[in-house]
Amino acid sequence: MKYLNEYRNLEATKSYLKLIERATTNTWNIMEICGGQTHGLVKNGILDLLPDGVRMIHGPGCPVCVTPLNLIDKAIELLENGVILCSFGDMVRVPGSKKSLLEAKANGGDLRILYSPLEAVNIAKENPEKEVVFFAVGFETTAPANALSVLHAQKENVKNYSILVSHVLVPPAMEGILDDEFCSIDAFLGAGHVCAIMGLQEYYPLVKKYKIPIVITGFEPLDLVQGIYMAVLQLEKGKYKLENQYARVVREEGNVEAKKIIEAVFEIGDREWRGIGKIPSSGYRLTAKFGAFDAESKFGISAVGTPENPQCIAGQILKGIKKPHQCDQFGKACTPSNPLGAPMVSSEGACAAYYHFSDNLISS
Amino acid sequence: MDTKDFEFDTINLGHGSGGLMTRELLDKIIFEKFSNPYLDQKHDGSIIKIEGSMAISTDSFVISPIFFKGGNIGELAINGTVNDVAMCGASPKYLSLAFIVEEGLAINDFVKIVDSIKATADHCGVQIITGDTKVVERGKGDKIFINTTGFGKVHPKANISADNIKTGDKIIISGPIAQHGMAIMSQREGLQFESTLKSDTTNLNYLVNDLLDAFGDKIHLLRDPTRGGLASVLSEIANDIQQGIVISEAHIPIDDQVAAACEILGLDPLYVANEGIFVAVVDAEVEEAVVELMRNDDKGMRANCIGSITAEHPKKVVMQSTIGGKRMVTPMIGEQLPRIC
Repeated sequence: MKYLNEYRNLEATKSYLKLIERATTNTWNIMEICGGQTHGLVKNGILDLLPDGVRMIHGPGCPVCVTPLNLIDKAIELLENGVILCSFGDMVRVPGSKKSLLEAKANGGDLRILYSPLEAVNIAKENPEKEVVFFAVGFETTAPANALSVLHAQKENVKNYSILVSHVLVPPAMEGILDDEFCSIDAFLGAGHVCAIMGLQEYYPLVKKYKIPIVITGFEPLDLVQGIYMAVLQLEKGKYKLENQYARVVREEGNVEAKKIIEAVFEIGDREWRGIGKIPSSGYRLTAKFGAFDAESKFGISAVGTPENPQCIAGQILKGIKKPHQCDQFGKACTPSNPLGAPMVSSEGACAAYYHFSDNLISS
Repeated sequence: MDTKDFEFDTINLGHGSGGLMTRELLDKIIFEKFSNPYLDQKHDGSIIKIEGSMAISTDSFVISPIFFKGGNIGELAINGTVNDVAMCGASPKYLSLAFIVEEGLAINDFVKIVDSIKATADHCGVQIITGDTKVVERGKGDKIFINTTGFGKVHPKANISADNIKTGDKIIISGPIAQHGMAIMSQREGLQFESTLKSDTTNLNYLVNDLLDAFGDKIHLLRDPTRGGLASVLSEIANDIQQGIVISEAHIPIDDQVAAACEILGLDPLYVANEGIFVAVVDAEVEEAVVELMRNDDKGMRANCIGSITAEHPKKVVMQSTIGGKRMVTPMIGEQLPRIC
């Protein structure tokens, strides 16, 4: 199968693993930024195949995991007040302070699980007497489609459509992690799909400022081992530069059209990150021109807010300070069917990935 | 059946009242179609004779959409229960059939479903011997729900029980996974996802019967991985027998198109529902012969041995990935949710 089996080839993967082993003479902590990469590493059992000297640290790039608790509470409040709430699938089981969206649906809320925000605009057109809100979460990857839904709604004069925005950006999160006093990361695997949209320009200053290798990497097993190899080679040679493993998808300038759409609708603002806190200039908000599509101001729910469960160490997990199985609650009080925090919910979340796929549990 | 015979285009509450409208619906559709000596008595129930051990299984079918590529809810309701009885090592003979219909269902659609039930039951060699029809108000159901209960005679050579499974037993799957679930997903509203994927719904009773004829008690356990998919069935088996299971990703048959659809929608095929395949845990000495027998049957052409029972990691299912790594396969939690990106 084109672009699937080729990148899951046993022999090619083995030869890269051998190269990594041969090249590694030191201990290196490499953070994969994106939850999709964490998923790929754990699902394919790559972590166990790496030499002891290569330690993968799972980054904050799971959009579900970093969406703040109060945003989920806001979404639930909208749902309970008769709004048709549309969401990506893995958002719906994330626990809010009292319940999840799925539980609010069971109590009668009209929740729709969609693959595309443009579908939400269609639902708004079909239900003119109802308010329709799309829960616009994600990194730079989902921003163009979410922005496009707003442009479509504006063009077609759909007044009962709005979005609950919780968009976050990768580069400020990387800076936040690198500035943390406990940070022990030697290199990053950059998020391939984020860069497919945004291009590489934002990453050169990071490499220079923090003298850290960044290898923009894809998601298939072969992508991951090649990305790790490129990072290890740089580290072993004492180099730090930006490299692009995922060149079949990521171009230097990114997706120019998609960036134009983002810029037309969103502007950069401060954002709360679940488990991490507020990071300046780390997310998107709607520009004043599109203020009418902002669900928070439209429905006056800005004040809804709640504290995190104190037992959940999501912040330390997302910064790579602790591994999921080092949490006292992992697999005990906190499981995918009863998650204390978001990283246990999404299959991209480090805790859920460990719970589902890792052999950390095989011998227990 | 000519639906012009009816005064109504759609089923309404009157058809479930127990009065004349119910009688008309039953006479013109159900009794005429399923006529057999048991049903023709029009009694409250049926009296049957089965010698020896009997297997009984019941299942309710609530699928949306009710018509899908590769089948419909009626066909599913027969094949599903027939297969469940077959998994007990039995030949299904009789079925009960109960409908819960939401008012507003087109008579045409109801007749189409009943026709399909009749054809499928005939193909499986089972008779519908008792049944029920209820109608609920609009909004209180989802077009039509069907419950079937199957009764079958256990094969004289069968000894199907998880207690018979031992270390070293082989796990054979009869065909490619995830077809039914992905066919249904591709047709759900709002997905804007076009494909030619078809449900794999089919009856497995004859193939199971052939296996039991040939291998008898060397067949230790039979399970059909419907909801929750292959992962859930294997997890349940490992948990029941307190032993480990090891499977190989490269050996699990899956169609390219199904694999691609799972990839696009962010779903793991191990957790996607199947309706036309089964898992057999067999004595290692008959592994190859079982696979060969299955492959010679049109219901098992892509059968393959996917793994074995191991004393290592008790109660856990571990999969060797195609690139040589290992991952845990856990049971499904709630519904499988598509990923964001």
